[in-house]
Amino acid sequence: MSIRSFLRTKLVPAALDDQINRIRKPIGSLGYDPWGYNNEAMKVGFAFTRQLYEKYFRVSADGVEKVPDHGPVLIIANHSGQLPLDGVLIGYALASRKHNPRMPRAMIERFFPTVPYLGNLLNEMGAVLGDPTNCAKMLANNEAVIVFPEGVRGSGKLYRDRYQLKRFGNGFMHLAMKYKATIVPVGVVGCEESIPAIANIKPLAKLLGVPYAPIALPFVFPAKVHLNFGDPLIFDDAEIPEEQVTERVEQVKAAISELIDKGLSERKRLF
Amino acid sequence: MNEPRRPHILITGAAGALAQQVINRLRDHCDLVAVDFREQVYLGDDIPSYCIDFNKRVFEDLFRRYDFDGVIHLGRIMSSQLTRMRRYNANVLGSQKLLDLSHKYGIKRVVVLSTYHVYGAVAYNPALIDEEAPLKGAGLTADLIDSVELENLANIYLWRYPDLNITVLRPCNIVGPGVRNSISTLLASERAPVLAGFSPMMQFIHIDDMADAIVLAYQQDHKGIYNVAPEDWVAYQHALKLCDCKRIPVPSIPPVLPRLILRTLNLRSFPSYLIDFFKYPVVIDGRSFSRAFNFQPKRPLKEIFRFYRENKKPI
Repeated sequence: MSIRSFLRTKLVPAALDDQINRIRKPIGSLGYDPWGYNNEAMKVGFAFTRQLYEKYFRVSADGVEKVPDHGPVLIIANHSGQLPLDGVLIGYALASRKHNPRMPRAMIERFFPTVPYLGNLLNEMGAVLGDPTNCAKMLANNEAVIVFPEGVRGSGKLYRDRYQLKRFGNGFMHLAMKYKATIVPVGVVGCEESIPAIANIKPLAKLLGVPYAPIALPFVFPAKVHLNFGDPLIFDDAEIPEEQVTERVEQVKAAISELIDKGLSERKRLF
Repeated sequence: MNEPRRPHILITGAAGALAQQVINRLRDHCDLVAVDFREQVYLGDDIPSYCIDFNKRVFEDLFRRYDFDGVIHLGRIMSSQLTRMRRYNANVLGSQKLLDLSHKYGIKRVVVLSTYHVYGAVAYNPALIDEEAPLKGAGLTADLIDSVELENLANIYLWRYPDLNITVLRPCNIVGPGVRNSISTLLASERAPVLAGFSPMMQFIHIDDMADAIVLAYQQDHKGIYNVAPEDWVAYQHALKLCDCKRIPVPSIPPVLPRLILRTLNLRSFPSYLIDFFKYPVVIDGRSFSRAFNFQPKRPLKEIFRFYRENKKPI
């Protein structure tokens, strides 16, 4: 028996199997989609993430029902915590909601596909290379896509810069406008404390060909995570100069900033 | 009363399984002439068959003698065959000769078979690659230059001589009975190498479906470039598993290591210059072809893999 089938029998009860099968997904006859999502691998990933979500990070997700139950959606959040844990937790929150769950896709850094095992694993769980073409094709497919416009600037942040939003790229706004996708801002609080980094060794990162090489404890702290989903924002697809697109991006950034503040004020303790 | 003239079609690459499928679909209502640079194949008394090099002058005699209406150019030498130089001569210069003659003799329809390899396997490839995407194949390895050049050539002739009505087809992996390309050889074998930790998404089209696609492309007048692929996907290692093929992992990092190993082993079915296609996905979008030509593949992936599974040990 392979490791995967062993994990599957141990982790995936019939109810979960049924739950995932019920979520609508555009997949082929063998359970794959063009980006490498795999329904069977997802079930194992889902069961594993449930433990992480409920037991380890004890996530509280507020307003997850604000994500529309159909049509193209861009879920825009602040990025933090060295590892893409925030994407995993937002994805699980949406996939496990009681009414009309959706299986969102997360855009990941361009570095991941080159990493053996990890790249494929992330793809199977629904993560997709952060390329505008990929995002456009998925929105055209009516999927919900998680985007961190800060990219590595956000995830590689040091502990002293926690909860400071870095520059947002404008790409997501152009796509949202073109594909008439609803934007749902999300403020993530807690992931910053999961892997606090005190410095980034840039020459080492360059040598290894990775986006950053943080000095941090080789341990993920069980910080309590708060996800605050904001009200959906809809932007028209008018032909506007880049300056005005940036203004719209700032509007989303401000909404996220507010949601982060809300999460921080609601948070009673770190762990 | 005179019967309407049957279309005269030249089909290249006649020794290949795909060309023979195409010939079987067209032979009842077209007059076919088959050519191949490798061998002369017997295709029945009604189809003249030649073993000919397109670069030789006698090739023109066929055009003089048979008064062709159309050309279906399937005779592309695959990257696993012959040397780089001979491939370039046959695929690029030979095809140029073929297109020049087609223009000279007033051919009205040309279908050229290309390959999805022209897109190149790069880590940053998005999925569902459109026909407009840049062709990065030649940048990865000199062994794919002839494939990309053949496409460039077809493109130039496409706009320079619109009367040729050229349609270029870029299919995904063609597999099924009789197919001798590298991926089909891998699926048919007992053991196949994989790069440890990499299992890119792949698309497979059954040879019968591909033959249908070529015939459809020939019969309908939509010139241009089209990807041909079903809307179904599978990871490479999963495909091997479904074909009952034992996977032999080859160390994948640092990247120079697998290249060195494969160069030393020099396997025909897993050549070192195709290594990236077993590492990064090249998933093409075939929807535009399906829409334009009303094409729907009929053989599902499970049926394709069942064929390979059941024919592991030939009697």
